[in-house]
Amino acid sequence: MKAAPFAYVRAESLDHALDLLAAYGGEAKPIAGGQSLVPMMAMRLARPALLVDINRLPALKGVAVGPRCAVMGATTRQRAVEEDAALHRAVPLLRAALAWVGHVQTRNRGTVGGSLAHADPSAELPLAACVLDATLVLQSRAGGERRLSAADFFLAPMVTAAEEAECLTAIEWPVWEGPGVACAFEEVAIRHGDFAMAAAACQIQLDADGVCRRAALGLGGVAGTPLAFPDLAAQLEGRRIHERLAQEVAEAAAARSEPGSDTHADAEYRRHLAAVLLRRVLLRAAGAPARAPI
Amino acid sequence: MLAPPSPVTVEIIVNGTPRRACVEPRTTLVDFLREHLGLTGTHIGCEHGICGACSVLLEGEPVRACCLFALQVEGLSVTTVEGLAPARGELSRLQNAFCEAHALQCGYCTPGMLIACHDLLARNPRPSEEEIREAIGGNLCRCTGYQQIVDAVKLASGQEAAHG
Repeated sequence: MKAAPFAYVRAESLDHALDLLAAYGGEAKPIAGGQSLVPMMAMRLARPALLVDINRLPALKGVAVGPRCAVMGATTRQRAVEEDAALHRAVPLLRAALAWVGHVQTRNRGTVGGSLAHADPSAELPLAACVLDATLVLQSRAGGERRLSAADFFLAPMVTAAEEAECLTAIEWPVWEGPGVACAFEEVAIRHGDFAMAAAACQIQLDADGVCRRAALGLGGVAGTPLAFPDLAAQLEGRRIHERLAQEVAEAAAARSEPGSDTHADAEYRRHLAAVLLRRVLLRAAGAPARAPI
Repeated sequence: MLAPPSPVTVEIIVNGTPRRACVEPRTTLVDFLREHLGLTGTHIGCEHGICGACSVLLEGEPVRACCLFALQVEGLSVTTVEGLAPARGELSRLQNAFCEAHALQCGYCTPGMLIACHDLLARNPRPSEEEIREAIGGNLCRCTGYQQIVDAVKLASGQEAAHG
C-alpha cells in the first residue's frame, strides 16, 4: 500500500510551518515522527495534499524540567523521553506509559506530540496526558498561542480540538512536588506494543504513614477518548489504598466507561479488563517503593 | 489548490556512501533503497509499521523504513542489512550466529531481525533472554519461530543458548 501523491516542504522555522498551515488549511498536515500519520497515509485513511515536515525545528524539541511543570517540545522523540532520568524523576508516569508504546523502532522515531495529535483512544500517551491533566500548547499564524487541558483537547477517536491551521508545539506535564510519588500503568493488547484493548494508569503520592495525599487515575481504550476520573481520585485522598478501596474505585471507573466491541474483544470484556487493570495499578503504585532508584 | 507534486532529487548516505535519486515525495525510504538504489536486502512486508521487515538504522538507531519518506531522511545516514558485514563476501558475527543457530528459514524477516539484534548488541553486549525478546518484539517471524533467533543472539554475544 502506497500513500497518495502529496507535496512536501521541510519547514525552516516554526513561522514557516505556521504560514504553510495557514495557507493550505485542511489540505496540509504537519509531519513529525510519522509513526501514526504514515501508516494512515499508506492505508489511504489520510490523504494530505501537503506535508509540512517539522522534524528539524530545534524549537520544538527537548525537555525543560521546572519545579512545577516539565515543558516538552512537541517533536521530542518517545525514546528520548524514555531515557531522560531528570524527566523520569519529575513525571514518572511517562516512562511507565512508554514501556507499552510500540517498539524500539517506532519509539526512536515517534514523537510525544505526534501521538497526542493522532488521538487514538487506545494510545498510552494520551491517557497519561489526561491522567496528569497536562496542558497542550497550540500555535497558529492568526490565533497565536492557545493552551488547552488534555481533557479539552481530546474530543473523539482521532479528533482533537486543534484547528486546521494550528500546530501542537509543546506539552506541559505537571510535576508533583515532594516525596512519596509512585505510579503504575498496565494494559492488555493482542501483542505487547500494540494499541490497548484496555489500559489503566495512576499516579499517587503517599505520606510517610502510607496515607494517600494526592491521586490521579484514568482508563484508555474503553471510550472515544481517554478517561480521567478526578472525583474518584479524590476519594483516595486521606486514606490508605487497600484491596477493597482499590476495587470500589476501579469498579466505579469501569462503570463509567463506554467501550466498543470488535473482533478482538466485546464491550463487556473490555469493561471487565478496565476494572481489573485499574485495581491492579492502584495496588501496585500503593505498594511500590516510592520513586524507585533509576 | 496545490500543484501536483513533481519528483525531487534526494541524497542519503547509505552504508557510508552518498547516494542520490530523483523520486516522488511519496516514495518511502524502503522503496528508495530497493527500487532506486537496487539494495533489495531490506524487505517490504506490511508497509504500515507492523512487521518490522523493513528495519534499517537511521543515524545508528533502528527505525522502520516503510514509515519514513525518503525526503525526510535527506542528508542523513542510513545503514541497511548490506552494511552490517565487515567486508564483501563476509558475514558479521551476528549473521554467522543466525546461520549456526538456524535462526532463519524463509528469510523474509531476517534483515529486520538482524538490524534489531545488531542494535541490541551495540547497546547491550550481553543481553538477557528477556531483553532479546523485547528487542525483537517489533519484528514478526512466521516460520522459524523466535526461539532460534533468541539462541542466535545469545550465541553472538558469547552466551550459551538455552536450546542448542
